[in-house]
Amino acid sequence: MSSAMIDLILQATLDTLYMVAVSGLISTLVGLPLGVLLYVTRPRQILAKPVLNQVLSIVTNVGRSIPFIILMVAIIPFTRMLVGTSIGINAASVPLTIAAIPFVARLVEAALNEISPGLIEAAHSMGATPWQIICKVLIPEARGGIMTGLTITVVTLVSYSAMAGAVGGGGLGDLGIRYGYNRFNPTIMLITVVILVVMVQGFQSLGDYLVRKSDRK
Amino acid sequence: MIELSNVSKTYFSSSKGSDSNAVHALKNANLSVPKGTIHGVIGLSGAGKSTLIRCVNLLERPTSGSVTVDGQEMTRLSNAALNRARHRIGMIFQHFNLLTTRTVFDNVALPLELMGQKRHTIRERVIPLLEMVGLADKANQYPAQLSGGQKQRVAIARALASKPQVLLCDEATSALDPQTTGSILELLRDINHKLGITILLITHEMEVVKSICHRVSLISDGELVEDSEVGDFFTAPRTQLGREFLNDFLQLTPPKELMERLVDVPGESTHPVVRLTFSGDAVSTPLISRLARECGVDVSILQAKVESIQERTLGLMIAELLGTPEQTQQAMTYLESHQLQVEVLGHVQRND
Repeated sequence: MSSAMIDLILQATLDTLYMVAVSGLISTLVGLPLGVLLYVTRPRQILAKPVLNQVLSIVTNVGRSIPFIILMVAIIPFTRMLVGTSIGINAASVPLTIAAIPFVARLVEAALNEISPGLIEAAHSMGATPWQIICKVLIPEARGGIMTGLTITVVTLVSYSAMAGAVGGGGLGDLGIRYGYNRFNPTIMLITVVILVVMVQGFQSLGDYLVRKSDRK
Repeated sequence: MIELSNVSKTYFSSSKGSDSNAVHALKNANLSVPKGTIHGVIGLSGAGKSTLIRCVNLLERPTSGSVTVDGQEMTRLSNAALNRARHRIGMIFQHFNLLTTRTVFDNVALPLELMGQKRHTIRERVIPLLEMVGLADKANQYPAQLSGGQKQRVAIARALASKPQVLLCDEATSALDPQTTGSILELLRDINHKLGITILLITHEMEVVKSICHRVSLISDGELVEDSEVGDFFTAPRTQLGREFLNDFLQLTPPKELMERLVDVPGESTHPVVRLTFSGDAVSTPLISRLARECGVDVSILQAKVESIQERTLGLMIAELLGTPEQTQQAMTYLESHQLQVEVLGHVQRND
């Protein structure tokens, strides 16, 4: 294999990591509070706001139900507005983030759902404010579940980012399609797939380790 | 210290609040717990115990009525003032409700963190509390590494961290085995004694009431039906439910074969079977032999038990009185005149 080819593979790997990192980070920053909000505004919860909860829930479901490949092209005008172009890794990070936010939110909500209502009751009995309950009880107690959810999100983002390659997003998926598929180069195809597999394994192991560290049950 | 007056709690299953599907969990409850005492509320599951205790710190907001703790009307407080009032009211739970991701130390520190106290103040408060509950060596362990009794001790230390005046115990020993229950109750009695904290506890176990409470209330179907000194409750419960709890606790029910032979109305040749409850002086008086001498009846004892309830002695007996109807009637009058409670369970046919 030529050194140019190796450079190409290396660049594609970095591009994929970049897209996953950017979209993973931003979707966590937005999805985590959204998930908490989805949980605490439920009826009979600490900040019960049934109407707001319904609205958030519907918006989240809409986000979750649009197929990624359609979302990617549908929001091109928005992407262009945000990063000035609709191709390249920065552009691909926009739909990846948009798709991951509701995903993260629902996983965070599910993790919070696992907390025993008795803990919230105990916090109330100690005179905790809703904000204190969120920061000192809900998030720390759901940490293990949230880490599991974030690991699932990152792994999903790796495979989504390969799809983003199909529309000029760059990264390993793009490389695999252009060189492996369009130019009939099975070696390149195999290498990209192997790198993706290794990447997913790595993220999963890291996630499992973090979950073990934060879970005390 | 704790005053509930006319507290009612009604749950509406539909948001419309139509009366047909309303559940009256608490009906006009009145309760007064003086400072420094231990008050127990006993009742069957679903009787409204949990709702009652949660109305004290407003985990449940009463539908009507007033709740006063330490002279403060709780139902009229703003959210911020209610949270401050809750710092003065500790609470422990049946399932402990410790945070799994915090160490023993950090669990006890939580209420102090919530009050915004400084790190070194927290340390100075938490360490002695852990020593008091006997878990100083477990400070850095996580709740999952502790036994049930140890978890409840941590919960007690946590509840006391904010120096409350009142401790609410929600079935605190119901998830524990009898031995652990005993040691937790001892700790609660110690706390009441040394720190003068007023304790309100709910339970379905007579053992708990017997070993630590000063006064007891009986709750049934959302109503407080009886309220008495523990000694009185154990010697002479005033309600049928109270008697059932007591008989259950003492396991004093006549043998099944006898129960089947009992008839309600005295016949031509029947003897009364009576349950005698005696306390105080009557315990030390040889009443049965006097009964034989003075009334001429023979007494066949079917079951008997002497229990010591706090400072009082309580005797219980199920006996058959053998004699003519006039003699047995006279015997019962004699017993009643000696402060014995006589309850006629029924009559049995003579064997001869």
